[in-house]
Amino acid sequence: MELCELTAHELGKMLRNKEITVPQIVESVYKSIELKDNDIKAYISLQKEEALKEAAEMQKRFDAGEDLPPLAGIPITIKDNICTKGIKTTCASKMLQDFVPPYDATVIEKLKAQGAIIVGKSNLDEFAMGGSTENSAFMKTRNPHNLECVPGGSSGGSAASVAANETILALGSDTGGSIRQPASLCGVVGLKPTYGTVSRFGLVAFASSLDQIGPITKDVEDAAILFNAICGHDEHDATSVSMEHPDYTKALEKGISGLKIGLPKEFFGEGINSEVKEIVLKKVEELKAKGATVEEFSIPSIDYALSIYYILASAEASSNLSRYDGVKYGYRTESADGLNELYEKTRSEGFGPEVKRRIMLGTYVLSSGYYDAYYKKALKARTLIRQEFDKAFTKYDVIIGPTSPTTAFKIGEKSENPLEMYLSDVCTVPVNIAGIPAISVPIGTDSKNLPVGMQIIGKAFDEMTILKVAYNV
Amino acid sequence: MVETKDIEYVAKLAKLKLNDSDKEKLIPQMADIINFANRISELNTEGIEETNHILNMSNVFREDEVKTSYKRDDILMNAPQKEAGCIIVPGVNN
Amino acid sequence: MEYESVIGLEIHAELSTKTKIFCSCTTEFGGDVNTHCCPICTGMPGTLPMLNKKVVEYAVKAGLAMNCTISKFSKQDRKNYFYPDLPKAYQISQYDLPLCKNGYLDIEVDGATKRIGITRIHIEEDAGKLLHNAWGNGTLVDMNRCGVPLIEIVTEPDMRSAKEAHALLEKIKTILQYIDVSDCKMQEGSLRCDVNVSIMPKGSTTFGQRTEMKNLNSFSATEKAINFEIERQKEVVEAGGKITQETRRWDDETSSSYSMRSKENAQDYRYFPEPDLLPIVLDDEYIEGIRTSLPELPDKKYARYIESYKLPEYDANLLTASKDLSEYFDKAVNLGATPKAVSNWILGDISKVLNEESITINEFKITPEKLVELISEIEKGTISNTAAKSVFEVLLTEDKTVEEIIKEKGLAQVNDESAIKEMVERVIANNQKSVEDYKKGKTNAVGYLVGQVMKESRGSANPQIINKLIVEALNNL
Repeated sequence: MELCELTAHELGKMLRNKEITVPQIVESVYKSIELKDNDIKAYISLQKEEALKEAAEMQKRFDAGEDLPPLAGIPITIKDNICTKGIKTTCASKMLQDFVPPYDATVIEKLKAQGAIIVGKSNLDEFAMGGSTENSAFMKTRNPHNLECVPGGSSGGSAASVAANETILALGSDTGGSIRQPASLCGVVGLKPTYGTVSRFGLVAFASSLDQIGPITKDVEDAAILFNAICGHDEHDATSVSMEHPDYTKALEKGISGLKIGLPKEFFGEGINSEVKEIVLKKVEELKAKGATVEEFSIPSIDYALSIYYILASAEASSNLSRYDGVKYGYRTESADGLNELYEKTRSEGFGPEVKRRIMLGTYVLSSGYYDAYYKKALKARTLIRQEFDKAFTKYDVIIGPTSPTTAFKIGEKSENPLEMYLSDVCTVPVNIAGIPAISVPIGTDSKNLPVGMQIIGKAFDEMTILKVAYNV
Repeated sequence: MVETKDIEYVAKLAKLKLNDSDKEKLIPQMADIINFANRISELNTEGIEETNHILNMSNVFREDEVKTSYKRDDILMNAPQKEAGCIIVPGVNN
Repeated sequence: MEYESVIGLEIHAELSTKTKIFCSCTTEFGGDVNTHCCPICTGMPGTLPMLNKKVVEYAVKAGLAMNCTISKFSKQDRKNYFYPDLPKAYQISQYDLPLCKNGYLDIEVDGATKRIGITRIHIEEDAGKLLHNAWGNGTLVDMNRCGVPLIEIVTEPDMRSAKEAHALLEKIKTILQYIDVSDCKMQEGSLRCDVNVSIMPKGSTTFGQRTEMKNLNSFSATEKAINFEIERQKEVVEAGGKITQETRRWDDETSSSYSMRSKENAQDYRYFPEPDLLPIVLDDEYIEGIRTSLPELPDKKYARYIESYKLPEYDANLLTASKDLSEYFDKAVNLGATPKAVSNWILGDISKVLNEESITINEFKITPEKLVELISEIEKGTISNTAAKSVFEVLLTEDKTVEEIIKEKGLAQVNDESAIKEMVERVIANNQKSVEDYKKGKTNAVGYLVGQVMKESRGSANPQIINKLIVEALNNL
């Protein structure tokens, strides 16, 4: 067995037992990348030289007997929409193909403080808009379980790198399912934390009121360890919550007797593939056998979640992406006659079609005459969804359903029809709208041998419970 | 219904240049998506407050204390065109 | 036809906080281009704003000083538009829930007091500065000013003349300086103004179509621009034309304005609630705390100067128009000097020096303490007014006490009647022409003779005594 196939907690133990060294881990990861990434295409950029240097430094500290944090010496892959000082952060867009941030995102500062080693920056749908990583301006990432299939998205590079053992841990970002859906399609674990628990400072904004950074890992224990490392209040993010966080690895206990599970019928409706449904329900039965109670119920406004999501997310995106205008950084058109042409040519040439579509939609719903009917209405509808989840959590500890309506689909299968692509977010989007946490865990494979993920949703700030349930799956 | 002039107006606001084939493709797509988004009009939201923030928080402030600014080189390191310590853009008349 | 003009103002004032509104960069004016910047104020990908506490405090201060209601719940919004001086391509401002609303200010024009409504005051960020490139045809962008905090003060269309608008601007400037939230230096761009102007037939109650005028960088430019616009609108209407809704830009060099954009090209700013910033919720305790911390405001001071100090309205008006002058005055009066005497010095000799040297009272060499000494020596009769002027001249350049100067220069007033009498007799003997004049009933001859005695004594003789003795002497002839 190669070291790159192991988890962070396994490697941590071996490092402390002096069975292995940090450079050995890092070498193993890069060997795996060299072997596989020509096919998988998970990475936009690699940091091999830096990483090996850091590995040697870190090993010295282990050798000196220092008591190091859990992530010390552990390789991690960063989605390329999280700013890394001195390392290109492209958002998989022509617009930022040469952009080098002069600062680190707060999560990166935290990881560096722990001694984690950045392997490279992973591919994504341009500006995190998409569900297949096909919208990257640079390349299409492939699903390690079947190279003809998409890895999901938008954190497709992160999920594929974890699934292909081209890294140990990864960070993704989730605005409407972008951590959980690719985790599900790649057969790994993906956690979308409660809005406000992980700092967004340094995460290139897509939809500010929905975005959240989270772990993509090989197992639930690693998710808890990585979440421990990145959560917490940040004075640079006004939407970051100041609270005492428990040690999330304490959630990892066997036994769920007495757990109350709610199954919303909207998650098992028409649009959901029947094989996926079956596998999820079988897993729920197993949880029942372990002592959980299960009840079906309804969250009626979930049916509107996608509409609400595409209004809110696109509106915020249209504003957040206005700064890419060819003036201060990033792509600038070759030649322009005057300022307005500079703007229009730069933005038309620099953004891909999906990003443009969403900017158009977002601009439309905010424009004079449409604001009330779309944006304002969606903000009210957001309240309804939140209230219905609040109500559900008075009865259930967790809400369970599939993460994605289908398993991994073929590259190119949905890329011509944007609306159909949007429908693959149907199970994940309500969670972002409600601002609550959810985790996707692999629970088996379908008849095509593609992974199926189950989504466990918890109430706000109750990551402990969903981690515990996930650990018991 | 989304019409060509709506799309043109929105593109102008968003500073996107659409050629005819872009428009031809975009108009039905936008129509589909807007139609889909419009489903929320079915929801009864009378008396419902807007959720501007999912977090029930307020008054998040910073103290008025000066910290060292960045070096100019770091601020301009990504600028596509610069001169005399400034970013340069095509002439603005007024 | 006779017309009446209707004027409303939008005033932007930079707040004098140490740091910018959303990041910790300094707000200091005049740094090298692009050196007061960080990833946040230059709108780099991934950055987030964090609101400066003092900005809220200063805006609430301004609101209370302008008799506004302070919102218990207020939020910030994004105003979206593209311009090279706006790095994020949206300005964080306040749209439907500003911090302050429904206030008013009283102005005085031509002896009459008029109340002008303040619609709202909200907080927002300033944009950067565009510089003309001397070598090429591009425009240079300096982002030092990006994110400097502003308040925007919007008035009701309550003004009817450029003069009233000018008076309101002066009033607002004075108040902002009194409460110490803005230094209001127009030449540094820390106070800027847009005006809305319309005209209607005199006596009408229906406002005409208004136009907006931007780029007014001084009070006099504002007054000129308003008058220009009123005349322009009259001409259009009289020629049978219609005023169109448009934004015009004032060019101070040519003293004229031109159209920037018409209604058809009106901006669609797509305001929406700023998702990166949480609401501002203020309770009574906070608001009242700020209210009690406010200094005495100009209107109140003015009334007090007239009521308690019996100053003429003219004096009270000039003194309270400047926070610094009135503070200097208050200090001197609190040290026990006669208010009118202090006022005379400030509005007379002191103002003259300030003007000549282009300095403020804070840079003025003579402290209130020394001025009080000087006044008290006059009142005690130790020195004459004339001698006092000589002392004043010395105080401007030398670090000496009033007493020292009097002693050194021998300026102490002679109150000894017998000594003065000698001089009076001598002067009368030498000025028979004036004596004749007096006898013919020309009483102003006395003044001349007093002056001669004064000259004889090198300004040291007590003028009241001289006067008395001369009159006595003349009547005894």
